[in-house]
Amino acid sequence: MKTIAETRNFWLLVALGGLVTLVGLGAAHTMEVHGHVITGMDNAVVWGLPHVFAIFMIVAASGVLNVASIGSVFGQPAYKPRAPLSGLLSIALLAGGLMVLMLDLGRPERVIVAATHYNFASVFAWNVFLYSGMVAIVAIYLWTMFERRFNAWSKPAGIAALIWRFVLTTGTGSIFGFLVARQAYQSALLAPLFIVLSFGWGLAVFLVVQAAMYRWNDRHLPPETLARLGRLLGVFVAASLYLVAVYHLTNLYFERQVGFEAFILRDGGIFPLLFWGGYVLLGSVLPMGLLFRPHWRSEGAVLAAALLVVVGAFAWLFVFIIGGQAWPLDIFPGHEVSSAFGDGQVTHYRPSMPEWLLGIGGLGAAFLLTAIGVRVLDFMPQDDFK
Amino acid sequence: MSGAPKTVDGGRRAWLGVAAAGLAGVMLAPGVRLIEIARAAPAAPAKTGGGANPAVRWGMLIDTTKCAPGCDDCVTACHTENGLGTPTRSTDARWIRKIDIKEVRTGRQASVPVMCQHCAEPPCVDVCPTGASFKRADGIVLVDRHSCIGCRYCMMACPYKARSFVHEPLTDQHPDVPRGKGCVESCTLCVHRLDRGEKITACAEACAKAGHSAIVFGDLNDPGSEIARRVREIQTTQLRADLKLDPGVRYHGI
Repeated sequence: MKTIAETRNFWLLVALGGLVTLVGLGAAHTMEVHGHVITGMDNAVVWGLPHVFAIFMIVAASGVLNVASIGSVFGQPAYKPRAPLSGLLSIALLAGGLMVLMLDLGRPERVIVAATHYNFASVFAWNVFLYSGMVAIVAIYLWTMFERRFNAWSKPAGIAALIWRFVLTTGTGSIFGFLVARQAYQSALLAPLFIVLSFGWGLAVFLVVQAAMYRWNDRHLPPETLARLGRLLGVFVAASLYLVAVYHLTNLYFERQVGFEAFILRDGGIFPLLFWGGYVLLGSVLPMGLLFRPHWRSEGAVLAAALLVVVGAFAWLFVFIIGGQAWPLDIFPGHEVSSAFGDGQVTHYRPSMPEWLLGIGGLGAAFLLTAIGVRVLDFMPQDDFK
Repeated sequence: MSGAPKTVDGGRRAWLGVAAAGLAGVMLAPGVRLIEIARAAPAAPAKTGGGANPAVRWGMLIDTTKCAPGCDDCVTACHTENGLGTPTRSTDARWIRKIDIKEVRTGRQASVPVMCQHCAEPPCVDVCPTGASFKRADGIVLVDRHSCIGCRYCMMACPYKARSFVHEPLTDQHPDVPRGKGCVESCTLCVHRLDRGEKITACAEACAKAGHSAIVFGDLNDPGSEIARRVREIQTTQLRADLKLDPGVRYHGI
C-alpha cells in the first residue's frame, strides 16, 4: 500500500519531470519559430548539443537492457529481479532521446514524412524501424515478465530484445561509420565501439536509478549484488576505453589522419580537455579505481562511479560529434585553403540555451516516464523474494 | 491471503490490459490515418514537359587558370539569381563560394569556385532518410523542399561542404527558386533556367560577362558540346576523386 507521503512525493516527482520536459518543449518551440539561427549550430557544425543528448539516451537505452538480458537470457539470478526496471528504463531513454532528435529537426512537424517516405539506402531510415521495433519488442518483453501466464515466453522475448538492440546500436554507430566525408567517422570500428559504450552507459544509468529507488525506499543492495554490478560496470568501462584507444591509434597510424588526431587529442582546446579530463580521467580511470578496489567499494562509491561514467559519456560524445565536425573538410589535400565560408578553419561552436534546455528536456521526459512506470507497475527489484 | 488479492490482482491486470490496448489504439490510429492520407495523395506530380532527359549529364568545367583571384562575380550572380541575399554569417546559405588554395609543397596558388559537385554517386542522396535528396535523370542533384525534414544528415555526408541549412525565416523569395526555413539546399545548376530551355547557369554567364570564361557549363554526354570537347582535350580533376563519387563538376589547373 502506498502511504500519503509516498503519493505526495510521487506527484512532486511527476511535477518536476513534467516541468523539465515542458521547458524542453518550450525551447524546441522557440527553435522552430526563430529557426536554428538561435542555436550555436551553423553550416559547418550541423549537429550540435541536442545530438549529444539524443545519442547518449539512445545508446544508453540499448545498454540498459543488458541487465534484463543477463537475467532472462543468461539466467543469472541476481539480475532477474532487475529485468523489469531495465526494460522500463530502455523504453524511457529511447523516448527521451527520440524526442530530442525529432524536435531538433529543421521541420519537426514533418515527422509524418519520415514515417511514410523511406529511402532504404539511408542508415537513418533503418533506424526509424530499429527504434520503433525496439519499443515494441521491449514492451512485449515486459509483458511476458509481468503476466504470469506468459512467463515462459520471457526468455524468447529476451533473446529477441538482445539481438534487436545489438542491431540497433550497430545502426546508431553506423550513422557515423558510413560517412566518408569526415575524417572523424568512416570507420567500421564505430559499430562495435558504440555497442561496448552502450553497455557501460546503460549500466551506469541503471545503477543511478536503482540507487535512487533504494534510497527512496530506505533499502540497501545485498553486498554481493553491489559487488557484482560494480565489477561489471568496471569491465564495461575498461572495454570501452580499449576500443576508443584502438580507434585513435588506428587514426594516428594513417598519415592523412594525423592532423585531425592532433586536433582532438592535443591542440583543439576544449576537445582535448574534454577527451582527457572528461572522458579518460573522470569518465574512465576514476570510476575503474572506485569499482575495482574492493575496500573502496560501497553503495556511495558505485553510485559515484556510475555518475562519473555518465559525465564521461557526455564528454566523449561532445568530442566525437562536435569535434568531428569542427575539424575542416579536406577538399584539397596538400593545400592551405581559405574562403569566406570558413574553409580550412576550425569551427568554433558554442551551444546556446535552447539547445541545453531541449537536451535536458529529453532527460526530463525519460525521468517522467520512469517515475510513472515505477509507480503504476511494480518495478522495484525484489531481492528478498528471489 | 490468496483469495482476495488474487481477485484484485486479476482485476488490475485485466484493467491494465484494456488500458494498454486503448492507449495503443489511440497512439496508432492517427498514424494509420495519416499514412492512408499520405498514400492517397498522388505519389508523384503529373509530368509536364516530359521531365529530365536521361541521355543528358549536365556538368561544369572550371578552368582555374582563367579564374581571377579576388573576382567573385560568379558568387554574386548565383546569390542574386536564387534570391539568397549576401551571406555574411556562417549560418547564411552559400550555394557557391570561392576558395583560395596554395599547395604547401610548391607554393602554387589558385582561386577555385566550389559548389555542389552533382555527383553521379551522391552520398547526400544515399543518406537522406526520406528520399528528399535526389538525383534527376539528367544528373542534377536536388532537394525536394516538400519532403526534406531538416535532419542535416546530407550535410554530414557531403565531402564538399556544398549544402546549406536555412537557419531562419525567409522573405523575398524568387518564385522560380522556392526555399524553406528548416530545409537543406544547395546549387541546383540553375535548374529553373534549364527547364525553361536556357543553356547556361547564372555563374557561368557572369564569369563570361566578366571576361574570364573560366566556367563552362554543358552536357558532358554530348560529344559535340564545348564542355565534352574541352574535358576530352585538357587534363581535368574531380575534387576528392579518391571517393569515387564521379562529380559532374571538373577542374582544370589544380
